Amino acid sequence: MTAKNRLQDRTIEVMGLRKTYGKHVVLDSVDFSVGRGEIYALLGPNGAGKTTTINILSTLIKPDAGTVSIGGVDVLSRPQEARRMFALTGQYASVDEFQTGAENLAMMARLSHLGTRARRTRVRDLLEAFDLRDAASKRVADYSGGMRRRLDLAISLIAAPPVLFLDEPTTGLDPRSRAGLWSLVAELAANGTTILLTTQYLEEAERLAHRVGVIDGGTIVASGTPAELKAQVSGDHLVFSFATVDDVQRAAALRPNAESDLDELAVRVPTEHAVADIRSFLADTADHGVAVTDIAIAGPSLDDVFLTLTGHEARTGHETSDTDDKEKAA
Amino acid sequence: MTAIELAPGIPRSHQQGFGTAVADIATMTGREVRRTLRGVDSLITAFVIPVCIMLVFVVIFGGAIESDGNYVNYVVPGTLVLCLGFGSAATAIAVAQDVTSGTVNRFKTLPVFGPSVLYGHVVASVVRNLVACIPVLAVALLLGYRPAAEFGGWVGAIAFAVLMILAFTWLSALGGLLLSVDAASSINFVFLFLPYLSSGFVPTDTMPVWLRGFADHQPYTPIIETMRDLLSGTAPGNTLWVALAWMVGILLVSYVGATIVFARRVKE
Repeated sequence: MTAKNRLQDRTIEVMGLRKTYGKHVVLDSVDFSVGRGEIYALLGPNGAGKTTTINILSTLIKPDAGTVSIGGVDVLSRPQEARRMFALTGQYASVDEFQTGAENLAMMARLSHLGTRARRTRVRDLLEAFDLRDAASKRVADYSGGMRRRLDLAISLIAAPPVLFLDEPTTGLDPRSRAGLWSLVAELAANGTTILLTTQYLEEAERLAHRVGVIDGGTIVASGTPAELKAQVSGDHLVFSFATVDDVQRAAALRPNAESDLDELAVRVPTEHAVADIRSFLADTADHGVAVTDIAIAGPSLDDVFLTLTGHEARTGHETSDTDDKEKAA
Repeated sequence: MTAIELAPGIPRSHQQGFGTAVADIATMTGREVRRTLRGVDSLITAFVIPVCIMLVFVVIFGGAIESDGNYVNYVVPGTLVLCLGFGSAATAIAVAQDVTSGTVNRFKTLPVFGPSVLYGHVVASVVRNLVACIPVLAVALLLGYRPAAEFGGWVGAIAFAVLMILAFTWLSALGGLLLSVDAASSINFVFLFLPYLSSGFVPTDTMPVWLRGFADHQPYTPIIETMRDLLSGTAPGNTLWVALAWMVGILLVSYVGATIVFARRVKE
């Protein structure tokens, strides 16, 4: 499916969403749309309004203003009908610890009003597909974090909804489980499921999403494909490496727009004509008796995009998330 | 992954009405029964502690307070009421856990009968507490309790007990929706302590005057006295109406409050 087709077939359409709690503006005119089979990532820091947006789309809270339509159903005026169109996987794996994986799935199948036969095959197939067959009759209390997340996602798919909301689906997962979940999500979208996910991780947005909406302070400050977003920010950089800190400092002094990185023993210089710039930089360093040990050309990262658009850094790795989660729990 | 149809569009019933609402509540009730039967804590709270409470009152206090056996007949109805209140309070913890874990959020995004998870908690509580009455009464009978009620009295007592469980459980459910898990788990102290300040264990005219005023007018006194009348085969007098007024009042306020809070409460 091409990007153009996706735009014509808007499965999720959000316009002018606004939500305030007292004087605190949580969402201030949020607009976006997601096409069928597309993965759209809302990328932003804590408190940007990601979860509030998901909660409004999934009928949990009402906005002060704006419209939401999912699969052509107006969510605000026909919430019960809209609930057949989507499933929500929240921030915390909300599965019952006292039930087994199979029981959790069967319960959700009943609540989704599947017939007896459809329920049995669906439960069995999902356990199989999510690599939970061996753990099917174990209580969830004995599941690992990755298994809980997989069960959580399987539960969301019980009625094969056309739209899936994933609120920070990989927070707290180890890298291997995270990669596994990414490929599952990508496959769902390839099969036609429309996916709206929120994330604080640039890597996740870049790897998974067809389009990204950068959200900050309750507004979408930029949106587009990861490549389009990067193109908005700046061009390429040349990265020159050196053997010593002294060399780095002397080389950086040669260009007013150079950034030195003493940890990496490198100097970054923005460039528009890479070959000419490399040649002149090598000549200048040679004149000053400084030896360049390596050269690389680096495109802008989504990190740069984020920093430029929001004025603060996004989270880049999972190391930081652990302490954050503990703080949340405390 | 390829073995399964992950594409959207599984067929399912789009009809929703009384039938699916009953089915939704039945599913949620089954979930709560499982929760009770599978936890050591919940099993002890539901079935062991009430028996212990009965033993304490009849064996320990019963022997000291009166040796001719009449105290047993006096204290058992009050102890039964205390056990039912204590058992109903377990719902507060379970509801608070469901809110905290995000499970309530998920249930609210399903096309089910709205508060069916709350109904499931309540129905399961009625079943759990009625079952818990069996060993409690059996222990009382072994220790010399001799209820004089005939068939009509027992039917009345059971109906009265069900109404009481409904009122206490909806109140606990409301508490569970409003409180954290820790705070919700302290609700059962209210249900454990308040009955002592009633005519359940000693007549209120033995209490200090300032306490007697409270004891005579709090809901447990008419509730326990009505239960005592029903089980002893005496026609309950005016206290029945006072007790019913309390219970129906608590039930209505808690039910309406819980359904309103349930619809609004969202775990962020």
